[in-house]
Order: sequence, then structure tokens, then C-alpha cells
Amino acid sequence: MSARKTGNPVSLSRRQILAGAGALSGLALAGQFPRSAYAAGDPLKIGLQAHRTGIGAAYGYWYERTSVAAVKVINDMGGIAGRPVELIVEDDATDAKRAGEVMEKFATQHNVDFVFGPLFGHVVGASAARAADLKMPLFIVSEGSELADGQFNRYVFQTGITNVRSQVKAISPFVIGNVGKKVTMIIPDYIFGYNHRDFFTEAAKAEGGEVKAVIAIPPTETSFTKYFSQIPPDTDAIYHVMVGPGVLTFVRELGEFFGTKGPKLFGFIDSLEAVAIASPGLEFLEGSHLWEAFPRYLSGLDTEGAKFYRDAVGLDENGANKDNAKEVSTNSHMFGCWETLFSIKQAVEASGYKGASDRKTFIETVEAITSFAEGKEHPQGEKKFIGKAHQCFGRQFISQVEGGKLKVVHTTSIEDGLYEPKADYTTQAL
Amino acid sequence: MRQAAFRSYAFHIAVIAALFLLQYVLPAYHIGTFTRIMVYAVLAIGYNILFGYTGLMSLGHAMFFAAGAYGAGLSVYWLGFGPIAALLAGVASAFVVSLLAGIVVLRVSGVAFLIVTLMLAQAAFLATLYFNTITLGDQGIVLSLRPIEMAGLSFALSDPSVKYNVALAAFAFALLFSLWLLRSPFGRILIAVRENEARTKLLGYNTFLYRFWALVISGTLSGLSGALYCLLFAYVGASFASLQYSTLPLLYTLLGGTGVTLGPLAGTAIMYYLIDISSSFTSSYMIIVGAALLVITLWFPEGIGGWVRRFLRRKPA
Repeated sequence: MSARKTGNPVSLSRRQILAGAGALSGLALAGQFPRSAYAAGDPLKIGLQAHRTGIGAAYGYWYERTSVAAVKVINDMGGIAGRPVELIVEDDATDAKRAGEVMEKFATQHNVDFVFGPLFGHVVGASAARAADLKMPLFIVSEGSELADGQFNRYVFQTGITNVRSQVKAISPFVIGNVGKKVTMIIPDYIFGYNHRDFFTEAAKAEGGEVKAVIAIPPTETSFTKYFSQIPPDTDAIYHVMVGPGVLTFVRELGEFFGTKGPKLFGFIDSLEAVAIASPGLEFLEGSHLWEAFPRYLSGLDTEGAKFYRDAVGLDENGANKDNAKEVSTNSHMFGCWETLFSIKQAVEASGYKGASDRKTFIETVEAITSFAEGKEHPQGEKKFIGKAHQCFGRQFISQVEGGKLKVVHTTSIEDGLYEPKADYTTQAL
Repeated sequence: MRQAAFRSYAFHIAVIAALFLLQYVLPAYHIGTFTRIMVYAVLAIGYNILFGYTGLMSLGHAMFFAAGAYGAGLSVYWLGFGPIAALLAGVASAFVVSLLAGIVVLRVSGVAFLIVTLMLAQAAFLATLYFNTITLGDQGIVLSLRPIEMAGLSFALSDPSVKYNVALAAFAFALLFSLWLLRSPFGRILIAVRENEARTKLLGYNTFLYRFWALVISGTLSGLSGALYCLLFAYVGASFASLQYSTLPLLYTLLGGTGVTLGPLAGTAIMYYLIDISSSFTSSYMIIVGAALLVITLWFPEGIGGWVRRFLRRKPA
């Protein structure tokens, strides 16, 4: 072994080489994972890509809780096509990098049949890219309009929740007709905010309104008063859609700036998901209007399906955890997980899906769906599904803050938010 | 001396050969994992040239990574480039950004260098959001890529084995290039700059130029990593320019061993699997990762690669 000389950068003894080779073999053996073997009674594995940590953690907690509840209900009903559902949860840390890794983990380690759950736009984009490569059907529970615009691929679906463009189109007539015609928008300075800016500006114009100014606030901002001086004095209404940890400060400072003489407010509940409306500092919201996809308070949607859903998830009549009233839900988003799981159930049973080799038929079956009926499976309401664009459309709710609570004052129709999507994924090969 | 060089190259080539063979024994998930590790290792190799060998600690490498990723991604999305042209566009973007950054940031050194690189990278991150009509901002761009056409053959980048071998080729290039560079007179002077810049100056070397080219090479290799990531995983978004992509190569390098050519690979692999395995047990996995990093920093201050090198250099009893 002449190679063993002091100072040599690399000198290996036979023993060391053998140890290395052994370690390599061990690594290879350690990685033996069960291969796909589908039979009647075998569980149907569904992966939940959850924002357990990171900026989306508040949503992630409720997405997981809702999904666990939905899977329990489905299994109590006899499973999907007679097979029990196994929910496998992986944390994507609300991070685009980790999202791609998690998609691979689902596809090649857990061998799941489908994946669902990402919400935040950058995570959705990274996951959607991997879905095509891995040929893994991915059901996003997001509000991005990119899917219906054709920016993703044939493996990505949005069956459980409507997108921003549809929401804005649906609520615009109410905002212009009841809140104010001259609107200043306060939006986060990234793509979610720009979606609101672009879609609302277009919709407001069609309704005879006008966007007087758009104030884009960087997502890292912690103090907002300096932006309020940019609000034109003839503004009738402020349209706000702030998200993130600075929301409470934003509303408080808005109240301090305007006092009781400010413009009327219209906001998206995204600003206040997982936050109690009666929180100190939010008194300024009294009388203002907010969009909701699913009313937080039971009184806003007191249907049999909604009550069943709330009981299963463990929500009290104020939209908080039954066991801890301080834990307020993200009710306007998380129902999307519930409805997505039931749409998967519907498509699996209609397509005769057994395993990964049936994914083509499964996807074509989802694309052939035209609607989801309101009920326990779809408690938010009936949905129209545009198969070629992989996007669902549904009704929206507008609530007013009264006595520190939200009261639904207007419900849109599905048609109010309907538009012709650009996407036609059915032309893409599978 | 020549024999030592031969052994060194032989060892590094053996590592590359082992990585090549791994794809035939590893299960699918770990093939995907190693593909990513090799791509990130290229970023860490680039970082190691600047930090490990030249002694300049940067917190701005996300800018170079993103320059490569956007150079490749935007040329596919807006200009319809194929994968190879896009890869070259990504590397060229990172090269240009590195040149420009070098002119600015090398006016300072030490802690000021750290801060200036951080600030510059943050400005680049905000620029990816500001020019969202081109970059599609935080949402990012999902790419649809043509296959690589070569010698009448077609290689789809969606194929895991194509991904793995493309990543391996880039990693092999980066590793052998860094080895060659650091064994060259140029590399020796970089080490001299790290050890004692004043003395190196006194010997007549223009240390600014050496630091400048070290930064350009480091940034361009990081850009190669970004371009590869974008093309192999078909996505580019603003988060690639965020602080995370500046801290990751620093951690990979510290963990693997600064100034050790294989340190970046070791550091990247350990960090990747630490996160992957610990996240299976708890959502507070970063506590485990942090504790592990603490242990390694306290008990293996040279990093894992440095410790292994010291172990291998021990005289047999």
C-alpha cells in the first residue's frame, strides 16, 4: 500500500475502501421501499402537501385538520371504491424548494395515488412543475388564477375552491353599488396583490366605478401609516387585501389614521383568516364589508351540509375550534380540502381507478365532470366545473361586521363569478 | 508531487464513478434526492471557492443562483430556448451579474463585505418581485421544456435518469474544475490571500484581481447550479433569490468543511437528509437540524470533510 504517505491528500487502506463499499451497499439496501401493489381493500394513499411551517402555517394547521376530518368521514362511509383512504402528510414549509422535494417524496417513496393541498402561490408553482414530470395528479387548494390561465399542466386541478379572478368578478358589482364608486386599493406588493389589482380594476370599470389609486405594500412591511397619506381625498372606499403577520397593525393604524370619518372599507377575509374579528384594535372594522368564501359564523350558512362539515371538523358556531374558542379557523379556504377529497372520491369511483396505471383514465374522468352538487360532500355550495381548464366556479359571500361578528349580507350566484378561462389542458398529451 | 496530484484526481474521479453507480442501486426516491444534492453541491462548490479558499464570506449567493435560474428560465419561457441554450444563457447571466457585483462588493472586506453582499442580494430579490410582468414575481414560472436533442437522440428532462446524469455531469465538471483550480498557481494565491492578504500584496500580487476572479468564478458556478435547478425541476420563482439561498451554501460549506473540495458534497448531503429524515418525526425539525449543526460545529470545527481528511492523513500505527 504505497499510497499511504503522510501529507498525501488521499490515501486509502484496503480496510477503509471495504468499509466505504460496505456503507454504500448498506445505503442501497436501506432504501428498499415497498413497490406498488394494488388490490381490493388496499388503502388508497392520498398525500397532503401541508404548509405545517413557514408563512402559511396558520392555514396549514386548519388544512390538515379539515383533511383528517374528511378522510375519517370518507372511511366511515366505506372508503373510496371500497378501499380505505390513508392520508399521508408532508410539510412543505411553505417553501418552493421543499415543495418540489415533497412532491417527489410522495411519488417515489410513499407511492401515493394523488396529492392535494398546496395553497401559497410560489409553492403551488413549484409543485405543479413536478406534478407533470412525476405524472402525479395534483389538486391545489389555492386561489391563484394561473391554472385557469393555462400556466400549469394537465396534471393539476382545482376542484375545491374558486380562484381570485372569479371571486373579484363576483363581488365587484356589490362593492361598486353599495360600498363606493371611487376606490383605492391597498394590496400586498406581489403577484397575489397584482391579481386583485388587475381583476378588480377591470371589473370596477365595467360596473361604472373607478380605481383612484393602487397602493402596493411590501410583504415585509411592519408600519403602514406612511402609505395612508397616498390615499386620494376623494376616495369613497378602500379595498384591502393584506395578508401576513402585519395585518392587525395595518387595520389598527388605518383606524388611527382615519378615525370615524374615513372612507368605507371592503376587504378580503384573507386579511383576517385565523384572527378573531372581535380582537382589540379591530373595532375600526365595525360596519365594514368583507368577502368570504365560506361564512365563518354558522348563521351565515346554516345548511345541513355546512353543519355536518362544521361538526366533523370541530368548529363552533363562531368558526373557532370547539375545544378552544381562541383558535379561529381559516374557514374561507380550508373547506377546499374537504371538497377536493370528495371530488377525488367521485372521480375514482367513476373512473374505476385501481392504481397508477389508471391515471390517464382518472384525469379524463375529472375533466368530464361538469358540476358538484351542494351537500355534505360540497358544503360551501354547488360548483360548476370547467373540465378543460381544470377549474371550479362557485358562489361567494359578502359579510358585514356587526357587533364584532360577521353577518352575511349578500350571496352571489355562480354565474356572477363565471368567466371563460383561457386554458384547455385537454389538448396536452398525458 | 505529481503522484500526489494523480492520487487526488483518481480519488475525486472515484467519487464521481461511485455517484454514477449509485443510480443503479438506489431506489427511485433517493435517485431524485441525489439529483438535487448534486445540483445544490454545485452551488456549494462555487461558494467554497470564495469562502473556503479565498476567505470571503458572502451572504449574497442567492443573487448568483437566481441569475442562473432566471437566465435559463426566462430564456425558455419568453424566447423559446431549448435546454442547452437555456443552460448557457443561465451561466452567462450569472457570469455578467458576478462581474458587476465584483466591481461593487470588493471595495470592502470582512464584515462589510458580508453586509454589502447581503444588501445587494436583497435588492436583486426585490427586483424579481418588482419586474413581475417579466418574472411573474413570487408565483414564478412553470416551464415546459423541449427534450435535449443530441447525435440523433432525444433525452427528455422529465426522465429521472436523464435528470440524474445531467446533474452528475455538472457536478463532475464543477468538482474537477475546482480541484484543478485550487491545485493551480492561481488557487495557491487564493489561499495565500485567505491566509494573509497583506503579505501576498507585499509579494507583488494584485490581490484585488485574485479576489475579483474568485468571486466571478464562484458566482458563475452558483449560477450554473441555479440554471440546472430551473431546468431539471421546471420552475423558477422569486424565492430562489431569497436569503435562504445565500445561507444554504454557507451551511453546506461549513458542515462539509471549508477548503475541502468534497466538503460541499458531504455538507449538502448531510443537511438534506437531516431535514428530510427529521421532518418525518416532527414539524419542529429545524430544532433537530439546529442541534445537529451545533454539535458538528463544536466537535468537528473543520466540518465533516475536514475531519475525514484529517483521519485519512493520519499515519498508520
